[in-house]
Amino acid sequence: MIPYIANTKKDVEEMLKCIGVESVDDLFKDIGPKHSPKSFNLPSGKSEFEVVKKLQAIACKNTSSLINFVGGGYYDHYVPAALSTVMSRSEFYTAYTPYQPECSQGFLQALYEFQSSICTLTNMDIANASLYDGGTALYEAAMMAIRVTKRNKIIMDGGVSPIYRKILKTYTSNLNFEFEETPVTHGHSDRDKISELLDKDTAAIILQNPNFFGAIDDHSDIIEQAHSKGILVIESVYPISLGVLKTPGEMGADIVVGDGQSLGLPLNLGGPYFGFMATKKKYVRKMPGRIVGETTDKQGRRCFVNTLQAREQHIRREKATSNICTNAALCALQGLVFMSLLGKQGFKELAELNYKKGEFARQTLEKIKGVEVKRSSPTFNEFTVCLSKDACYVVEQMINKGFAAGFPLGRYYKGMEHYIIIAVTEKRTKEEILNYAKALKEVLKDKS
Amino acid sequence: MEVNDNFIYTKEHEWASIEDNIVTVGISDYAQESLGDITFVELPAKDDEIDQFGDLASVESVKAASDIFSPMSGKIVEVNNDLEVEPGLINKSPYENGWIAKIEISDPEEASNLMTADEYRKFLESEG
Repeated sequence: MIPYIANTKKDVEEMLKCIGVESVDDLFKDIGPKHSPKSFNLPSGKSEFEVVKKLQAIACKNTSSLINFVGGGYYDHYVPAALSTVMSRSEFYTAYTPYQPECSQGFLQALYEFQSSICTLTNMDIANASLYDGGTALYEAAMMAIRVTKRNKIIMDGGVSPIYRKILKTYTSNLNFEFEETPVTHGHSDRDKISELLDKDTAAIILQNPNFFGAIDDHSDIIEQAHSKGILVIESVYPISLGVLKTPGEMGADIVVGDGQSLGLPLNLGGPYFGFMATKKKYVRKMPGRIVGETTDKQGRRCFVNTLQAREQHIRREKATSNICTNAALCALQGLVFMSLLGKQGFKELAELNYKKGEFARQTLEKIKGVEVKRSSPTFNEFTVCLSKDACYVVEQMINKGFAAGFPLGRYYKGMEHYIIIAVTEKRTKEEILNYAKALKEVLKDKS
Repeated sequence: MEVNDNFIYTKEHEWASIEDNIVTVGISDYAQESLGDITFVELPAKDDEIDQFGDLASVESVKAASDIFSPMSGKIVEVNNDLEVEPGLINKSPYENGWIAKIEISDPEEASNLMTADEYRKFLESEG
């Protein structure tokens, strides 16, 4: 690490003199006023106590006591206390990315187990040691499909998260890519529309299950059709749902990605979370990111190595499979510890609990006047409803009643200002759900 | 280090063997030895069009991955699928069983951009 060494006044004067500039302001005068800081005269430093006080005051503006019904890709799941105990062990916590990976056998073993867990969860052959987050993982999957097929058209299902779409479009805005999107529906993926768009230039179809609106689908038929035309299928998944749903591996998907937040990472504003990616064995050399493999050392002892590194940028330079160079190792470890604590049966029960509570909430809310559940297919723990009032207004009113009511769709979809997505995790009690229904009833009844 | 007298060579250590309008391509004994044990070969797709000195394939050894460039322009008519199962063929038999692809030549004149076996020997000495 480079230590932070402040310049003394004398240092600054000497440097300015040496390059022949009067003042620091002069040095930057070519930068237009729009882009330059108001002043280079920073206020004097504050004591640690003053800084803590100030930051605490800012943190207090957050409302952290609301009962949370917001989903849209990031969910309020319980984080067992044992997680932070394991995570904060210095052997894990202080290691960034192992630059001499084979010296860090403990971390490599953890990442190997993480990969194995992701494979079990998704029913795929191979997983990498994690990526940044769900959105960038989806972008990496699209690039991978393009490398595998040597084609350049991507078809995106209308049910893929609008947040992910935005990330994908930003990352690819200067690449030679063609995007086709199918219309948004609250239910199953539109088979006919997808079918129409498939052609010999199509590299991949991107699907999401459950989709952004909460709908569960079995994409096996789409995948079969895609394969008959040499097209890959990318599935973006919500990992918790895989405890009960048909897995992407069972459906035949080629690349599976997702965000790991729901696997034991508390909600925060902007991460860090982690992304994961799994694929079929035949595509392993096209997969980006680090892969930890198991082998034996000279004495025949079981050990772990970073494998297939020849695909990576420190060897392949600009021809690397990806220029993502850091995995999200600590967050991935958190995901692994979460999965390990729950175990196979626990994970299944967690998923069932989410499903059942979601169903209870949906059936309860359906009875309220002014709430219309938009549902043409089964849902997991999240569903879309159309309200008789503007969803943003409702969300605001619900905050006053102690609830984070849901994700208003008007933010991303024009004409859907009355729509909201409501997510119900295992943390929501029956009482909370009933109170939520009561509060929502009042808000919708109010004359305004 | 063996240099096959019947072939012509590129500066990137690929060999080319022309028969009628088809050129067979591989890497030289020198190249395979420099790379070390080859663990994977990424082959081009049949029917791909390729330019002279454009990317044809890539080979991975334990610690490196290298691109193989096409000695001539044309259309790929055959690839050596045996390499998918046994990439080490390139190490064992670089001039015979370790061939990589056969290309239908689009411009025979391009052969004049390559080195004869003698020229390649001298090139290796000057490099060495």
